[in-house]
This record gives sequence, structure tokens and C-alpha cells, in this order.
Amino acid sequence: MDRQDLLKIKERELARRKKFTLRCCMAAGCISANAEAVKAQLEKTVADLGMADDVEVRGVGCLKLCCQGPLVQVDPRGPLYEKVTTDTAPAIIGSLKGGKANLSQADPHHPFFERQQAIVLANSGQVDPERIDSYIAADGYLALHHALTEMTPKEVLDAIDASGLRGRGGAGFPTGLKWGTVAKSPGTKKYVICNADEGDPGAFMDRCVLESDPHNILEGMAIAGFAVGADQGFIYVRAEYPLAISRLQLAIKQAKQLGVLGSGIFGSPFNFNVDIRIGAGAFVCGEETALMMSIEGRRGTPRPRPPFPAESGLWECPTLINNVETFANVAAIIRHGADWFAGIGTEKSKGTKVFALAGKITNTGLIEVPMGTSLRTIVEEMGGGAPDGGRIKAVQTGGPSGGCIPAEAFDVPVDYESLGQLGSIMGSGGMIVMDQTTNMVEIARFFMEFCKDESCGKCVPCRAGTAQLYALLTKIIERRATARDLQILEELCDLVKHTSLCGLGQTAPNPTLSTLRFFRSEYEALLQPELPNGARATPANHLVTP
Amino acid sequence: MAAKTLTIDGKEISAEEGATILQAAEEHGITMPTLCHLDGVYDVGACRLCLVEVAGTPKLLPACTTRVTEGMDVKTDTERLRKYRRMTLELLFAERNHVCAVCVANGHCELQSLAYSQGMDHVRYEYRFPHWEVDNTHPLFGMDPHRCILCTRCVRACWHIEGAGTLNVSGRSAGSHIITDLNQPWGLADSCTRCGKCVMSCPTGALYYKGSTVSEMERDRSKLEFIVTAREKKQWIA
Ligand SMILES: Cc1cc2nc3c(=O)[nH]c(=O)nc-3n(C[C@H](O)[C@H](O)[C@H](O)COP(=O)(O)O)c2cc1C
Ligand code: SF4
Ligand code: FES
Repeated sequence: MDRQDLLKIKERELARRKKFTLRCCMAAGCISANAEAVKAQLEKTVADLGMADDVEVRGVGCLKLCCQGPLVQVDPRGPLYEKVTTDTAPAIIGSLKGGKANLSQADPHHPFFERQQAIVLANSGQVDPERIDSYIAADGYLALHHALTEMTPKEVLDAIDASGLRGRGGAGFPTGLKWGTVAKSPGTKKYVICNADEGDPGAFMDRCVLESDPHNILEGMAIAGFAVGADQGFIYVRAEYPLAISRLQLAIKQAKQLGVLGSGIFGSPFNFNVDIRIGAGAFVCGEETALMMSIEGRRGTPRPRPPFPAESGLWECPTLINNVETFANVAAIIRHGADWFAGIGTEKSKGTKVFALAGKITNTGLIEVPMGTSLRTIVEEMGGGAPDGGRIKAVQTGGPSGGCIPAEAFDVPVDYESLGQLGSIMGSGGMIVMDQTTNMVEIARFFMEFCKDESCGKCVPCRAGTAQLYALLTKIIERRATARDLQILEELCDLVKHTSLCGLGQTAPNPTLSTLRFFRSEYEALLQPELPNGARATPANHLVTP
Repeated sequence: MAAKTLTIDGKEISAEEGATILQAAEEHGITMPTLCHLDGVYDVGACRLCLVEVAGTPKLLPACTTRVTEGMDVKTDTERLRKYRRMTLELLFAERNHVCAVCVANGHCELQSLAYSQGMDHVRYEYRFPHWEVDNTHPLFGMDPHRCILCTRCVRACWHIEGAGTLNVSGRSAGSHIITDLNQPWGLADSCTRCGKCVMSCPTGALYYKGSTVSEMERDRSKLEFIVTAREKKQWIA
């Protein structure tokens, strides 16, 4: 396998192109809306009408406007049909012959599409995730070839460093710096791990990337392995993502057969294998040290850092761990160059970010925007505001580790620093929109309940502290709390944030703290007056004061 | 091994490379509260009572797992740390059912002594009053999870000093609990060698010798250290 072979596959793939291609979204959202039957119906109609020579029906990854699935995109330059059913599918085929399909179509000029910039999702909805040739036709594995045959590991490291890429798993750690540390760490055995645990409620970006473009992740991991000197990769995926798992398994098999994974890749001395490890769905197993414990077959609990995984990780070997989306940027950076990537985004946050838009918003789905796009653009223009004329009150970013940003602050550019200043975090990309009917104290309690249940139980502040915080929030919601309880709540948030062992506990108070910061009056409205003699309202009092 | 010089609470000291802040401090007579630390087994940094402030580091660091570095400036006894320690102890007392007056370990309990020494004189959190089953099926020892603080000292002693692997942690969050073998009653746990190292390592009255009554549960922790020192350094220091 060499560059010529890749180009030959690409040519063959392009030559196979028919007059029309119907791209049917086969990601989990559309599949749950019956997309598989729609695709089968399209194939049947094409066969029945004897149009197989002219029309290709292709299963592709996410077409992004998940709320309107099943989606079917007609190529070249045809419409994107929404909510296609088995009954209406034949009309699409009819339209190819000049007829008119009386079907709902998405407006391609809507900001939802026009404001997007695809790097991570460039192949999503384009290539067939179940065929490696389809990925190669989109210049797949050329970056790996280039890195292995024309670059030194140091040059790859420098390129990632110069691109300004930062980790997309939440904290935004500079990727080049991390890779460099692993490369420098002494040791003959090193590992690369792709963190696909994605445990935040409401987040589905990583799932879509894996379902839509699995080879891009494998290519990114292999390039990383070459740069840091690792020959083994693991993808840690949660068991709740069966489609992502099966597509990854298929992709790994195809890549090995073709020789772009395995021994002596592209005739170089570089070997790289990837195996999948399936997580049982504990949120804390997304935390890097707990994740590695889990891969080792042990109880998934975090351990204090340092030592960081880059120095001592999996089986105490230097280990590079990055998020799915981080790896998804790598091949593009090698292909187009670090300067190209560094030209996108803001000064300190480069490139794009994928968000999963969900909640009280008209257009739910997947968006990829340049860093620095304002929250207002995302929510109001792209998302189309609240459905049925509602008023948007806040956006929650960063899931259980993040915060709520009020509508007044929507002009904030979405980058790591700006969100941090508002007491939230970029997080992995979940964006939950709330309208005026949302009670912010309830939101705080929802996320606290999540953290309380997902705490691994190892350290005291998180295990016992989140349970008490949850109890205090419940007490406030049930109108049994006084101003003193609010003070105890705030002090306890401070303790849990600053003394917990891992990121779960350290960030668990964030949703509470940020709603306290921007919506304090909602808390205060629920408080009961302090009883005379300083006694606190007890559950018995609660019975008489509703 | 190279020596490192550092400052702890304003006192300049030197420590061996690789030593933890806790070891370095103890060697120089500086004490700080610990609970999940036990001489003889590796540290996990779970109880968060030994957290210290290190100049130049925004995060608080556990003294039991953080290694000394050259020029480190450590503070172990600031107002903020004292407050956090009291609150952490309050959380522990509210989490399960710690009733000193009827406890076998009354007067010999590390949790109780820490509450005294750290000035924790009241608990502002709601007591959770969880319900657990007491396991008295073992011929020699008993386990009362109501008094367990999940420090996992027993688990580590069982795995790493005795090598039996009987004890383990099961469950998550507040439902975490110590189990024997595959969650069988202790009396049916085949792997248990009845060595009693777990009972010796327990800081509270959660693990006890059967037959002991209120305040009778005293333990000899030096035995654990003796074994470990003998094994690792080939020194038999009683
Ligand atoms: C409780 C917790 C859960 C996490 N879950 C995830 C996750 O699901 N996916 C992920 O990529 N990173 C997750 N992280 C962050 C990882 O620990 C780690 O920082 C990340 O995978 C590094 O990748 P990056 O540098 O590419 O961002 C989590 C962290 C914490 C504390
Ligand atoms: S902060 Fe929570 S999840 Fe993290 S180690 Fe402590 S108990 Fe476990
Ligand atoms: S003694 Fe250090 S964290 Fe418990």
C-alpha cells in the first residue's frame, strides 16, 4: 500500500459515481426515526424503476439537522428532504426524473447550515462510514501517509503544536504540549487512548463523529502514535453506543486488511494497532485516570495526579489520552497545514467546535462553528430561538461540570477563556437551551443529583458533599430552607470544588454556583424566614408553611 | 538518593527525593491530620484531610501522595485548611451512624480524636441515617458498615500486606461499601485467612474483634508496620 494505491482507490470510487446520489443519514438520531426502512424503500424503488445505473443510495453519517430526521440529501446540489417516510420516499426518486416531490425540504441557506464550518464533521453526511474506500475518496489516509513517509515524529509534533489545537474533552489542554510530553517520557512501550466515553447528559457529538467518520479517528490516532512513539491504541467507548462500536470494529477490520493499520504501515517501520474497550457507562470513567483503571480491568476510580498519564498512564507506561473530537482534527491539520488551522478561530482558541444543540430550541442537532462565534449566533440564528415563540432564558454548557449562561450574556464569544469567565466551561460540547418555564434551582438540583449518583465514592468531599448539596437544594425547592441553609450551601460548594480529588467533584458545584450567580433571586424566593430564637424551619414546620 | 530542601510551615527541612510531603513533615515533627493514610500500605489520597497549600500551585494537594520538590513552600495549618478539615469531618459524621457512646472503639477511634483535635464541635449537615446490615458471620471478626468511613485501609492491608484479596469496595457514591469476596457473608468468604490485619488497620469501630464491647476495641497498628519493615528493609524492629 502506498500513495499511488490510495489515489487509485480514490479514482475508482469517483468513477463509480452515478448521475444521482441519495445520501441517507444513518446516524443514531435518524435511525431511531426509522431511517433504515426509508433507505431500504429508496433502494427498492430505484430497483423497481430500473434506475440502478443512474442512482446510488448511500448510507452516510450525520446530516446534522437531527430534529427533522430521517434526512435524505440529493446530489448533485439537490434538496435536503426532511422527515422522509417509507410512504414519501418513492416521490424523491420520482423527482429525479423531473417530477416534483411534495416533501418538506430544509433551507440550505438557513444560518443553521451557512454558519457552520466543517473540519471535524467534514466527512459526516458525505462518506459512507461502513466503507473505507469511501473515506479514501475523501482523501482519507493521505495525511497518515504523508506523516509516515515525509515527516519525522518531531515535525508532526511541531505541526500539532503550531496549529494551536486544544483538547476538546473539556479542559482545553494544549494538544501539542501533551503529545510532546508523551514523546519525551522515557519508556519503550507507550499507548494512545481515544476517550469516547461521552457521559455528559445531552451530549452526542462524539457519538456522531464515531458513527459518521470512524476512519478519521483511526487515522488521527495512528498519526499520534507515530508522533509519540506508541504502537498500540485503545478506543474507550461506552456500551450505550452500539452503532458507534460496530462501525469502529468494521473500520478497524477494513483498515487492517488494507494495511493502513497493523505492521509496517505504508512500508515504514511504524506499527500501530487499535483495540476497542467498552465501558459500562459510568460518568467518572471518562476521567482519564479512572478510564485507564477501567481498561486495566480494575474498579474505575480516579487517582491523584501527578503522575500525569503522559508520564505514567496505562500499566504505568507513558500514555497519550485525547478526546474523539481532538483526534478528528489531526488528519486535517497534517493535510492542510498548521497555519491553515491556526487561521481559524480566536487568538487562544483555534479551529472549530462541535456542539450538540438540544433542549428548548427550534433546530436541535449537531453544529460545527469556528471558535469565537457568539452564543447569540448559535442560539438565535442557527438554532432558530425557542420553539412556539417562547423566550430563551439561559444556555447550559459543559453539562454537569459547566454552568448556565443567562440570555443577557449571549454576546459572549464561544471560546475556552470567555466561557470560563462566566463560570461555565466549554466542556465537551453539550448545549442545553432553557426557556422561561425553566426553574433554575431545579436545573441546579438535576445536575447535582447526576453528580451525586455518579460520584465514584472514593473521596469524602465529593461522595458525602454532593449528597448534602443535593439534600440542601431539595430543601430549598421544597421551601423548607432559610437564609442560613443557603449560606451552608455556598460554603459546601466551596469545599467540594476545592478539596475533591478529581474533576468530577471539583466541578460538581458549577451548575449550582453559576445559577446562584445569575439567578440568585430564584433561590431567595424559595427561602423561609428564620424562626424567632434563631431556630431553623424543620420538616414539621414545613407541613404548615407550604 | 539526592536530598531535597523545602519549607514546611516556615521551617526549612531536607527530605529524601521521592519522599511525600507527609513523610518529610513527620520526620521533622510536623504533624497534620490524616485518615486514609496508614503506615505500611500505599496511599490513595481519598480522605482529603491532609490537604496542604503549596506556594505557586492553585490547587490544594494531599500531603500523603505529593512528592517533595526542591524549594517547595508548604503550609499545613492555615485558617482555610482548618475550616476545610472541620467541614470534611462534619460530612463524615453526618454520612453514616457514628454514635460514640455505644461504639466499641469509643476512646480509641481516629475519627473521634480528629474531631476533638480539629475543633469540630457540631455538625451542620443533616444526618443521613443510612441502613446497612451488620456482618457477624465471621468466627473472629465483625463488620458494622454504619461506622465505616470508606478509607479503604482494610482493603489495602488485605491485598497488599496479607495478599488475600478478600476485602473490596462495591457500589458507587454514597452506596459504596466494603464487601468480602464476591459479596458473600464474611463467614463464607473462602479467601479470608483470618489474619486480622484489616481489623488492625480500621480507624473506627467498623471492624472489630467479636466479643469486644463499648470502648474495648484497641488495636495494635505497629504490627502492620513491623511486617512491612521486615519485608521491605529486612529489619526486624519490634
Ligand atoms: C468526571 C469527568 C468525566 C470526563 N468525561 C470525559 C469524556 O466523556 N470524554 C472526554 O473526552 N473527556 C472526558 N473527561 C476529560 C478527560 O479526563 C481528559 O481530560 C480528556 O479525555 C483529555 O482529552 P483532550 O486533551 O483531548 O481534551 C472527563 C473528565 C472528568 C473529570
Ligand atoms: S471527586 Fe468524586 S468521582 Fe472524583 S475521586 Fe472523588 S469521589 Fe470519586
Ligand atoms: S491522608 Fe492524605 S488524603 Fe487521606
